[in-house]
Amino acid sequence: MYVAVKGGEKAIDNAHAWLDELRRGDTDIPEMSIAQIRSQLALSVDRVMAEGSLYDPDLAALAIKQSRGDLIEAIFLIRAYRTTLPRFGGSAPIKTADMACMRRISATFKDVPGGQVLGPTFDYTHRLLDFKLAAEGVPSKAEKAGVVGDEVKPHITDFLNQEGLIQTEPGSDATPPDLTREPLELPASRALRLQALTRGDEGFVLGMGYSTQRGYGRNHAFVGELRIGDVAVEMEIPELGFSVEIAEIEVSECETVNQFAGSKTEPPQFTRGYGLVFGQSERKAISMALLDRALRWKELGEDNSDSPAQDEEFVLYHCDNIQATGFVEHIKLPHYVDFQAELELVRTLRKEATEANAQREAAK
Amino acid sequence: MNSEYNFAYLDEQTKRMIRRALLKGVAIPGYQVPFASREMPMPYGWGTGGVQVTAACLTPDDTLKVIDQGADDTTNAVSIRKFFEKTAGVAVSDETAKATVIQTRHRIPERDLSENQIIVYQVPIPEPLRFLEPRETETRKMHALEEYGLMHVKLYEDIARHGHIATSYAYPVMIEGRYVMDPSPIPKFDNPKMEMAALQLFGAGREQRIYAVPPYTKVVSLDFEDYPFEKGGATQGCGLCDAQDSYLDEMIMDDSGARMSVCSDSDYCRERRDAGYVGEMGVPQKTVTEDAA
Amino acid sequence: MQTQSLTGGFNDAPTASATAFRVVLDVMARPGKISEITGATPPAPLSIAAGTLLLTLCDPETPLWMASSFCSTDIKDWLRFHTGAPIVESRSEAMFALGSWAELSPITEFAIGTPEYPDRSATLIVEMDALTDSGTILRGPGIKDTAELSLPEVAAFQGNAGLFPLGLDFFFTSGNRIAALPRTTKLGG
Repeated sequence: MYVAVKGGEKAIDNAHAWLDELRRGDTDIPEMSIAQIRSQLALSVDRVMAEGSLYDPDLAALAIKQSRGDLIEAIFLIRAYRTTLPRFGGSAPIKTADMACMRRISATFKDVPGGQVLGPTFDYTHRLLDFKLAAEGVPSKAEKAGVVGDEVKPHITDFLNQEGLIQTEPGSDATPPDLTREPLELPASRALRLQALTRGDEGFVLGMGYSTQRGYGRNHAFVGELRIGDVAVEMEIPELGFSVEIAEIEVSECETVNQFAGSKTEPPQFTRGYGLVFGQSERKAISMALLDRALRWKELGEDNSDSPAQDEEFVLYHCDNIQATGFVEHIKLPHYVDFQAELELVRTLRKEATEANAQREAAK
Repeated sequence: MNSEYNFAYLDEQTKRMIRRALLKGVAIPGYQVPFASREMPMPYGWGTGGVQVTAACLTPDDTLKVIDQGADDTTNAVSIRKFFEKTAGVAVSDETAKATVIQTRHRIPERDLSENQIIVYQVPIPEPLRFLEPRETETRKMHALEEYGLMHVKLYEDIARHGHIATSYAYPVMIEGRYVMDPSPIPKFDNPKMEMAALQLFGAGREQRIYAVPPYTKVVSLDFEDYPFEKGGATQGCGLCDAQDSYLDEMIMDDSGARMSVCSDSDYCRERRDAGYVGEMGVPQKTVTEDAA
Repeated sequence: MQTQSLTGGFNDAPTASATAFRVVLDVMARPGKISEITGATPPAPLSIAAGTLLLTLCDPETPLWMASSFCSTDIKDWLRFHTGAPIVESRSEAMFALGSWAELSPITEFAIGTPEYPDRSATLIVEMDALTDSGTILRGPGIKDTAELSLPEVAAFQGNAGLFPLGLDFFFTSGNRIAALPRTTKLGG
């Protein structure tokens, strides 16, 4: 006798309880606080804020805790929360030229006004496991007085611009489209592409950026400047008639300087790729700039080499890790009904093939 | 009902945006209306499109039924039903006849739907031409120009190779003689039901599309004169309720591979067993309840 | 702004608009069907049905064109306060348009969508003195055999249906009654 399987509801509740138990782990070990995650796993927090498109380190830390450190899951929690928030308005564009930089480097000039500021970078560390950390060692004190935000550091591309060597990007006061409020439509404006990339998956953007360096849509990039630091967010209050600073956020910005041979109408000139990401994430900012530049082939009258990084539709439709993880993982959901339909089809086709073979054999 | 969230979870502006898209979808049957799909608290692929459409349609007076693979007790159906119980406080039911809104993944209930019902389909890939042409910019043009030759070529190639159209689910349909539409991954067995009295709404969250088929709209499964559409389906009756007209799921019963086929529509099967029908491997309904308790 | 602009909205917006929308969806899905729709009490001469419909569908993202007989300060303020919809002068910019049939005609300047995006078309809200289920015979999606509706004329709607899949979609409102006519409906005969 057969009794249909029931109890989906109970199974779900139990699974959730188990998940919660595993999240907490061994209760003999002290529980992590949101403050600990926020301050000690700050780069995870930054990534969750960037790809979650929500600047709130405490919520990002909470999401990381809740997701057991699965950052894509944490990003998902933040996105789902973000989408329920009411929208009060748009801020004025942030002025990255006024950034209080903790890091600011250029790969194109040895020395520049404002100086090269290394900041807290992994770049020149030796990647050796530091067993002192396992023993909870005392951190070193850094000599950093007079570095952080002591003066306004002009954008390095501005110097190139003085000679007209680099293309000037057209300014616009138009409100950029909002990917989270309007469906993606192609061809996308550069503003929309950048928006998609800045919340795109770090791994995807990195891989795409990398592919341009290996010849798939090569664009000969130099890091004109990479800067990380705090910028003010201002919002115009119509009733007041001026803008008010509402927050300070940390961002990473990368401007690449790329070759451009010139065209019939334009003399040879450098062009730019641009990356801007919440928090400290220069890997993402640099990758984004490479990819942004590759996607500009049409606007700059370059050849399309059919590379993935040049393919706007391919990049924009696949860079979002929440969309990707959902759809990839959904194939584990039941597909009994469709599979049954396929089963019947394959049986029919096999039966017909076998019969046809038998007839052929018989006719011999 | 949980008051930390708005009625039916979504904020009012989002619902208005979805509602406007739904109305245009109804006015242009089979055409995929772009909409700014929101992140939902369940993953893409779990029915975010259907959930958004349902959220935009539900009223406090509704009775909601949610099925996945035809059944109300599938984990994802349970999860979505709970979501709306919590966020909209609506009544829920397993009974197809009692529901005013039915959200479904992969099936149309066996029982005929009525004029006062809405069925909401969860759709993974709304574009029927997507696997022939991956580019949205191209498929949009093809729909605009009513250029569906590629689809017919694909189906005809199937016939040439297999002697059959080798599409058994998500079988494309032509709506009101104009738009080729993906009916979502329902088995083609369900296609003929799509000319129905109820309003059919389709939501694809990740792909940001909404579309609709109004009641009594012409829905034709694509075919050829010499190879007419066949809905297929099982040749035996349901093992539990003996239904001969229902779509059956096959189950493997033991290590020797013995099979049993039962209605995929669990409510239809229950209704029949309640009415006294017993299949080959079933027992009268009363006994089953006692054993299961 | 008069204080009356602040009143007459939905009592409980989430549930009132949900209930109203279901009526709206139902009449659009069943052309010719007349239903009651309530929830808003707009300033005269705007009908309850049209007022409720506007509150259900309009917001800052929906440019609205209004015929002069509805363009009173009272109505404009009421709509601004409750929906925030931008009121536009040009018919071609409108996503929604409101007026009597005489004022809305000729309807040729409203957006009918594009072949790639036929949904980018205007929805017209036609205020009527009366609305009855007799008059022009309707056929098409949403209609079992035929339906009848007291349309203000036939030719313009026939012309609109001829544009399918492009075209305008219509709501007809009178008092607390509403009916709809999408571009798919065939008229007469």
